[in-house]
Amino acid sequence: MTLPLPLRKSAVYLLLCLMALFIVYPLLYTFLSVFMTPEETNQFPPKLLPSSLYLGSLEAVIDLIPVGRFILNSFLVSGLVMIGQLITASLAAYAFAFISFRGKAIWFAVFLSTMMIPWEVTMIPNFLLIKSWNWLDTYPGLVFPFLASAFGVFLLRQFYLQLPKELFEAAKMDGCGHLRYFANIVLPLSRPGLATLAVYVFLNTWNMYLWPLLITNTAEMRTVQIGVSMLQFEEFTAWNIVLSGVALVLLPSLLLIVLGLKQLVRGLTAGAVKG
Amino acid sequence: MNSSAQNAPAPAVTPASSYKAVRAKKRSLSRLKEPALAYLFLAPSILLFGLFLLYPLMRSLYLSLFLTDPRGHIAAYVGFDNFRQLLTSSSFWSSLAVTGKFALITVPGGLLLGLIMSALAHSRLKGMWIFQFIFSLPLALSVSTSAVIWMMLFHPTLGMFNYFLDLAGFPAVQWLTDPKWALLSISVMTIWMNSGFNFIVLLSGLQGIPEDMYDSAKVDGAGPVRTFVRIILPLLSPVVFFLTVVSLIGAFQAFGQMHILTKGGPAGSTEVLVYSIYKEAFVNYQFGTGSAMAIVLFVLIMILTLIQFTLVEKKVHYQ
Repeated sequence: MTLPLPLRKSAVYLLLCLMALFIVYPLLYTFLSVFMTPEETNQFPPKLLPSSLYLGSLEAVIDLIPVGRFILNSFLVSGLVMIGQLITASLAAYAFAFISFRGKAIWFAVFLSTMMIPWEVTMIPNFLLIKSWNWLDTYPGLVFPFLASAFGVFLLRQFYLQLPKELFEAAKMDGCGHLRYFANIVLPLSRPGLATLAVYVFLNTWNMYLWPLLITNTAEMRTVQIGVSMLQFEEFTAWNIVLSGVALVLLPSLLLIVLGLKQLVRGLTAGAVKG
Repeated sequence: MNSSAQNAPAPAVTPASSYKAVRAKKRSLSRLKEPALAYLFLAPSILLFGLFLLYPLMRSLYLSLFLTDPRGHIAAYVGFDNFRQLLTSSSFWSSLAVTGKFALITVPGGLLLGLIMSALAHSRLKGMWIFQFIFSLPLALSVSTSAVIWMMLFHPTLGMFNYFLDLAGFPAVQWLTDPKWALLSISVMTIWMNSGFNFIVLLSGLQGIPEDMYDSAKVDGAGPVRTFVRIILPLLSPVVFFLTVVSLIGAFQAFGQMHILTKGGPAGSTEVLVYSIYKEAFVNYQFGTGSAMAIVLFVLIMILTLIQFTLVEKKVHYQ
């Protein structure tokens, strides 16, 4: 079935537009609802476009729940986990890439096998452990279990291994030790890799749901994801308030997508396209 | 600059041989230090993995053999009774079946959508960057934001879906409260939520296929659909396979969308495995039986991962 070219082109565009509509419609709906008045959202048939730039629901959601606090919590937790993983992963990856030591293969296998343990399997003992340390409802409880990841180690190791070998030889000839080589040469040269890991980890932590749900009880410690889902549990008739909350939570991650798409793509495809 | 100084011949005062010996000694010293340094670099990761991953895994195994009190303290050793009880409980089998069904809808559905999106957006037509950008947007979504948005869309009287159905002349559907529809509704939402990831991975797979593959297919006079199915798809198979396994494991870990949209209902029709674990441990405070379920989940995911490792070498076409 070979159609004439112009017809084929328009068929492709039509299909693309239909799929784009499916993808973008729920998001558009969310952001348009933010500017609708409560009456407009409860109308039937539903309105597609707000009639004015109404800001009342944004004000209402900020009054109703401590959105600012949720966003601060999420930024702190995501930022700390990101920094922590950058440190632990860049160090471990260096050991695997540049230092020869006995037991390297075994430790590498151990790191690899940790990727096979789904986090949900360990959540009960982790919860009991954090509870016994009195870390429920605290930042350390939200941050510490996620400070290391095998994925980060493999991603950065891959980056390190792509650095030219001669560099390492030359540095060694100059009497440059591992510490200096790591800090002055390897880290600056693998900035793209570090950026990839940073964007990936930040977004994943920002979007985390189950763990913060388990270990936070008070409103002051909730992250945005829990805060926003709590909005929906309370009996609201005004959806635009709930959707305004969702829009506020989505905004930082959408911004991150726009600014860091390249880094993110590299991180996501690290596993798929030969590593 | 540094190197020229070191490479210069040693001054006559010190015999060359002793200079060499000093250097060798220095070198062996630093080599002795190497393993220590390696372990120093690995230590933070090893410590954290041990504390929050390996120890809890062992602890899960241990707990699965006991009954606990609501505070998580061991109450009685029951051996494999927790597992025996699970295997004879109809609700456990039902949650396994729901998990399987959920995977069977979301994994092929997500793959198909991703394949069509990436194949079309990879064409050399004008303006593709707009579509590539739009299709990447769902990467920003989290499970809770997606679920809350779709909760509104699924609303029985005021939601957009029933409004559109009404426009088309169909009766309204109880998307989330009808046991026939609830799992399907959640699956469609999940496919939407994951579409960004699938798209990105498949698109970069397509971009890795050399252009001349397309050109040679064109010379042979094959149509675009046939070219894609016969030539491109086999070349893409490693990526498709990777995505299949990753999405399968993801489907087995699904929780948030059920927790927000249906609480596992109606009549358990959306109660997936992780939701059962959550309920058992954090609603009923049965940490022992909850751990037994978690071990079952671990074994299932382990099997899937092993299949990935063994099959990936054999069945999949690499370039």
